[in-house]
Amino acid sequence: METAVKKELSILACKVRMGILEGVYNAKCGHPGGSLSIADVLTYLYFREMHLDPQNPAMENRDRFVLSKGHAAPALYSVLAVKGYFPVEELKTLRKMDSRLQGHPDMKHIPGVDMSTGSLGQGISAACGMALAAKASGADYRVYALMGDGEQEEGQVWEAAMLASHYKLDNLVAIVDNNGLQIDGKLEEVCSPEPLDQKYAAFGWHVIQIDAHDLDAIEAAFKEARTVKGKPTVIIQHSVKGKGVSYMENNVSWHGAAPNTEQYEVAMTELKAALAALQ
Amino acid sequence: MMAEVIKKATRESYGEALAELGEKYKNLVVLDADLAAATKTGIFKKKFPERFFDCGIAEANMMGVAAGMATAGMIPFASSFAMFAAGRAFEIVRNSIGYPHLNVKIGATHAGLSVGEDGATHQCCEDIALMRTIPGMVIINPADDVEAKAAVEAAINYQGPVYMRFGRLAVPVINDKDTYRFEIGKGIELVSGNDLTIIATGLMVGEALSAAETLKSEGIHARVINIHTIKPLDQEIILKAAKETGLLITVEEHSVIGGLGSAVAETVCEGYPVPVYRIGVQDQFGKSGPALEVLKAYGLSAENIVETTKKALANRK
Repeated sequence: METAVKKELSILACKVRMGILEGVYNAKCGHPGGSLSIADVLTYLYFREMHLDPQNPAMENRDRFVLSKGHAAPALYSVLAVKGYFPVEELKTLRKMDSRLQGHPDMKHIPGVDMSTGSLGQGISAACGMALAAKASGADYRVYALMGDGEQEEGQVWEAAMLASHYKLDNLVAIVDNNGLQIDGKLEEVCSPEPLDQKYAAFGWHVIQIDAHDLDAIEAAFKEARTVKGKPTVIIQHSVKGKGVSYMENNVSWHGAAPNTEQYEVAMTELKAALAALQ
Repeated sequence: MMAEVIKKATRESYGEALAELGEKYKNLVVLDADLAAATKTGIFKKKFPERFFDCGIAEANMMGVAAGMATAGMIPFASSFAMFAAGRAFEIVRNSIGYPHLNVKIGATHAGLSVGEDGATHQCCEDIALMRTIPGMVIINPADDVEAKAAVEAAINYQGPVYMRFGRLAVPVINDKDTYRFEIGKGIELVSGNDLTIIATGLMVGEALSAAETLKSEGIHARVINIHTIKPLDQEIILKAAKETGLLITVEEHSVIGGLGSAVAETVCEGYPVPVYRIGVQDQFGKSGPALEVLKAYGLSAENIVETTKKALANRK
């Protein structure tokens, strides 16, 4: 990746992280940990990978994105706002009465949201349907679905994985945010879905593993996915839950808790410093 | 006399309607979960193989796939047995189809006790109750071949999720193809009468008609209303019947909890309270046996409608 592009994307990812904090802090609840871990890949998708137009969110031939781990809505809303789908200021209304920024993504009211999600395991099925519809109608859009690693414990994910492979959905890219933590603790202590790479390979998928916070690796993975024919691709991204806010990193207690004012100030100071260093 | 009456299972009507309407509606696609031979979507598959998608024995995923296809402008008919379409996949139907109000049509066959020999695990008597609780879900339970086919086309022309309930058992064709008109949410008065009203749905409409004939021969004039759309319910026709006849008997091949009987009772409780007797499955599981025998054993017969009517009239006096 060119240095200038990388710098631009890094700045945008930092802004996306600030938007996540802004939303969750003002809501006094929400899911910061798993939102921060996907900020880099979302930034790449919305600013480099996907064909879309914030001025025309329903554009017929746009690429689709499904946030199957819907609880990471603060990250999706933030990247949509930074991309220009709605004002960044609106992120402060997250989860509040009469806000369109529902606790989990609501496609009926939020421009740019392609599927309502929140109940784990369901988004990937809808993404399969979108990819299948493209195949059936000859449309050339691509479909991206982002799941959690804990979400892999849902049986529906594997029903979808089977179907995607059966119908050779090479226009579908699934991303698994492998931060290793779920609400009750570490995946390996709760009810481990690992080894995910071997499971997806056995289900007939092309598997790519990357460092979730390395933009070069992210770019290489999506470029590789475009070359894969006859099968869907899964990118297992090894991420740090809470990435970018020191005290949240790898700490499961930040899965579903909002920072208080003091913690918010610390987090924003860190992110502002990171931003300043990039600029 | 019913001797000349043609009998046909509404699942057959469903498969035939899909195949027929597939010509006219090019964005109609059909999904099934390894039951195409039983749900009769196989008829569509044969004609339009490129628009038929078998999802394997995975109903939850099928509903999600249908939702995704609907977002892309297709009209997916997701088909399975009622037990799995409404039961197993309930939460996916609620969250991935109902909440975003997507244009998915659910074709649920083998509903109710008339599945027969397969027994309780496959005799779904809870699907209407489940689907009624989903905001914006339309529920259609056709009575015969003519109504089932009309329902499929009406579902296509309606923008939003529709749950359609079809049976396995061949039942008499009671509606006249040429004069019949189907409108979502509009009940149909089949027999006029002012002594009481029998409100029936699905396969029980035929039984209600024969019960009314028997009652008539004994001097009791029952009004018979066919409620093919459970939701949105035709409250007007029900409240009118409550006012004019003062006694309602509901008949459904479904649990009396949450189905037509509940919906009618809720309506008259708030609108015009009169006694409501609910004939249906009385909070029980079904059992194996020939369909007609099972239905009879659970009181889903013209005989029981007649008996219940007489008891209800006696109680009123």
